[in-house]
Formats: sequence, structure tokens, C-alpha cells
Amino acid sequence: MYPNDLKYHEEHEWVRVEGDVAVVGISHFAQDQLGEVVYVDLPSVGDEVVADETFGEIESVKSVSELYSPVSGEVLEVNSVLADVPETVNGDPYGDGWMLRVAMSDVSELDGLMSAADYETFIAE
Amino acid sequence: MNESLARTPLYEEHLALGARMVPFAGWEMPVQYAGVIEEHTAVRSSAGVFDVSHMAQFRVFGFGAFDHLQGLLTNDLRKIAAIGKAQYTLMCDEDGGIIDDLIVYHTGDLEYLVIANAANRHTDLDWIRLHAPTSVELAGHTAEERDPTGVVDLVDESDRTALIALQGPAALDVLRELAGDRFEMPVRFSIGEAHLDSVPVLIARTGYTGEDGVEVLCHTSHAVAVWRMLLSFPEVTPCGLGARDTLRLEMGYHLYGQDMDRGVDPISAGLGWAVARDKGEFCGSAAIARIRERGAATRLAGLTVEGAIPRPDMSVLHDGIEVSKVASGTFSPTLSTGIATAYLPSELSEPGTEVQVVVRRKVVSAVVTKPPFVRNTSLSVSQA
Repeated sequence: MYPNDLKYHEEHEWVRVEGDVAVVGISHFAQDQLGEVVYVDLPSVGDEVVADETFGEIESVKSVSELYSPVSGEVLEVNSVLADVPETVNGDPYGDGWMLRVAMSDVSELDGLMSAADYETFIAE
Repeated sequence: MNESLARTPLYEEHLALGARMVPFAGWEMPVQYAGVIEEHTAVRSSAGVFDVSHMAQFRVFGFGAFDHLQGLLTNDLRKIAAIGKAQYTLMCDEDGGIIDDLIVYHTGDLEYLVIANAANRHTDLDWIRLHAPTSVELAGHTAEERDPTGVVDLVDESDRTALIALQGPAALDVLRELAGDRFEMPVRFSIGEAHLDSVPVLIARTGYTGEDGVEVLCHTSHAVAVWRMLLSFPEVTPCGLGARDTLRLEMGYHLYGQDMDRGVDPISAGLGWAVARDKGEFCGSAAIARIRERGAATRLAGLTVEGAIPRPDMSVLHDGIEVSKVASGTFSPTLSTGIATAYLPSELSEPGTEVQVVVRRKVVSAVVTKPPFVRNTSLSVSQA
């Protein structure tokens, strides 16, 4: 449910580090709480995102949530699949349901994120 | 969860099915099991079962029952003179403000069953009990005796009655299989007795989804047995209040508290069809007739919204000026688009009119659409 190679933000986003690039998505817990996702509103390529600030919105039939960036940097790529098939976030939150690729401006921000084990403890509380 | 919330007799069944429970109208109710869209689709394509035992049931009987209800409700009870028939109706105050929307079933000689919204249970009971209608002929009685309980008995059946809705194109076949060969399916908007595997029930051919189907009334002690019987069919999916809301809004069915309340009259709410014109006086009749005469200033209109989900209380703009707020709004799983209702100034309520909805940071365009948003359901087919 919570891959060990990812780092987790307390607003339930995850980061996969690939050199100075961070791939960002939301956790299994987040997609399960939301239910079937029907809209994902993401920034554009070239936009700046800031750690702990919102970068978009995700909406299910019953609720809407803000998306918080776990890191700061420039958006290199957004997952365009989610515009047409938003429920990909439910089916594969760590794979095809990814949201952003960000060129990190401050790699030390990763130190503030949780490990998979810490995140599991966090959501159990 | 809040300890003061009431629980239906099916509470443990919902937990066992993995439902997500939410507070609703003072009750702890399942909002979803597998997911709103999946449940919604099951009802449109096969069958879904809903626990709606939070709803209130009143039995009104006695020699004065007809006159009393005829004087309180907007629709004409003479249309359901035959025992077994049912109708959608409204109860209004003297100003035409909607107290509740109801379904009245003519269940027997001198007897009616009223199904009401859970949140309005006590308001409705007080209103029916205390409001001696002017049209009831009680001449010669003292003020004390004018209390209609003298000629009408009113029993709140809510605590001992479970209500389970079975809705969808496969619903009637499932019910026929359970009810046996001798069972005669009530026609649309009627009610009859049945035994489901020896459990005595009432079968009402009514619902809130736009699909054909029934609502099963039984004693609370039999609720679990009936629920499990219905769910034993692979074509039946358990459905929560989430799917109930998307299904009813696709049909443009009103939800009390969102689409209308005490501050709204039936004409503005688009419910004039449930207000009789020629049955004589009833509570609110004069006020409603005046509104009909001069025309309503605002009307409840349907909105189709592309690319965003309208939610209750979001602003509705016309030419950049706020003209209303969203009453009901959701995502339509059938259309994959946003749908909503809003009270618009009458001149803006014509289908095709373009308005905007403010969805948080975005202003999204919306088109006035005459409900139902979804057509060609099993109900529209079976009625055609």
C-alpha cells in the first residue's frame, strides 16, 4: 500500500526522487478517502510549485481536496492522462496515477518528509 | 461518531459491508460502500438496494382522515380514491411555504400512510396534529373538540418501520422471485401487501432514482432478513446516500432542505403539478393561487456545468453579477458532467440561457437545462 522507495507528505502526497527531479502523486490512503476521482486540476508545465503550498485540486463525487506540493521547484511535466481518465489515480496511485514531475530547487526539503513506515503510523492515528 | 445519532436496524449490516458512515438528518447512514459511481451505475444498469429507514412514516386513519389530509396537502387525494394508490404531494403553510414533500399511500378504508423526510418528522407530526384545517366540517364542536385527533388518528410508525428501496431495471424480477407466484406487482405509484420468504411486507412501487423499482416497508425486526434476501441476488448492489443523491439529481427530483424549504412556494420550486387547482380550499391554497396568478419571481432551474462540479451554495452569475446560489449540485455519473439546480430570476430560467458558476477560483460556464438531465431510464421506458 505504501512503497518504501517513496517519501510522504502529511497532506498525503508522495514523492519519488529521480536525481533532482521529484515525481509527485497522492497516496493510496488519500485516493481511498476521496473515493472515485472525477476531476484533477493540475498546474501547467513551467509553473513554480512551493513546498507545503497547494498546486491543484482533486475532486470526487462527494468531496474536493487541495493538493499540496511536497517540494519546491519548476513543473517539468504534468500527467495529461488524468484530464481524461482521472480515476487512474484510484487504480494506480503510485504508477500511472502520478501527477507532476518537478525540478527540485531545494533537495533538503525531502528531509522533512515521512518514510513509508512513519506515514503508515501517521495515518493510523 | 456522534453518540446522539440514531441508527437504523441495518447499522451492523452496513459496517459488515464496509460502508462509510456519515451523519445525515440526525442519523448515522451509509454514504457509500464500493463507491458512488459504481453504485450509481449498478442502479441504472441492474439493481441497487438502499437503506432508507431513517425516513418517517405516519399512519392517518379514521372517518376524518380524508378531509383532514385533503385540507393539509396540496395534491388532490381524490386522485388516489382507489385503495392501493399513491401520490406525491406537498404540505404547505398558510403562505404557501413548503413544510415537507411527501408520498401519500391510500392503504385502506379510511386509512393513509404518509412517508416523510427524516429531518421533518416532528415538524410534520406537530403540523398534522395541531392544524385543524378550515375545510374540515367540524361545526357544532367546541374549540376543544376541534382537535382533529378526535376524528382522525395519527400514529407515528417511524420507530418500528424499516424502509428498504430496491431500484433498477432488474429490481422487479428480483422482487417477483422473492414474493412468489401469487404475488401481484403493484402498478407504478401504488402499494400492496406481500410476503418475502414468509416475512410480511408492504411493497410500494415508488422510488427516488428514476429507475423502476419498489420500496419495501417492514417491521424493524425483519429488516435484516429482508436486506439479506435482496442482497443474496448477484444483480443487486448495496448503495449509499451518495448514489441516491446523484441518481435523484439526474432526474431533477427535489431534495427537501436543498431544493426547497419553508421559504419557498411550490410554484417557484417547479412543483405546481403537485398542487391541485380545483379541489377547494387547503392550507396555503390562497397564497399559492396568488403566486400562480402573478407568476413566480424566481424559479428552480436545472444547470449543466462542463469541466467542474457545482456544489451547494456556490455563486451563480449572469453577466458577472451574482443572481443566485447553487441549491443542489453534483457530478452526474451518467453524463460525466456537472449538474445542479438553482433558483434563477424567472427571465433567466429558460432552457438554453447561459450563466456561470463560481467553482472556488474558477468561473465556469453553465447552461440552463430542463430536468430530467438523464432520459431513457427503465422508468421512462416502462411508462412509454
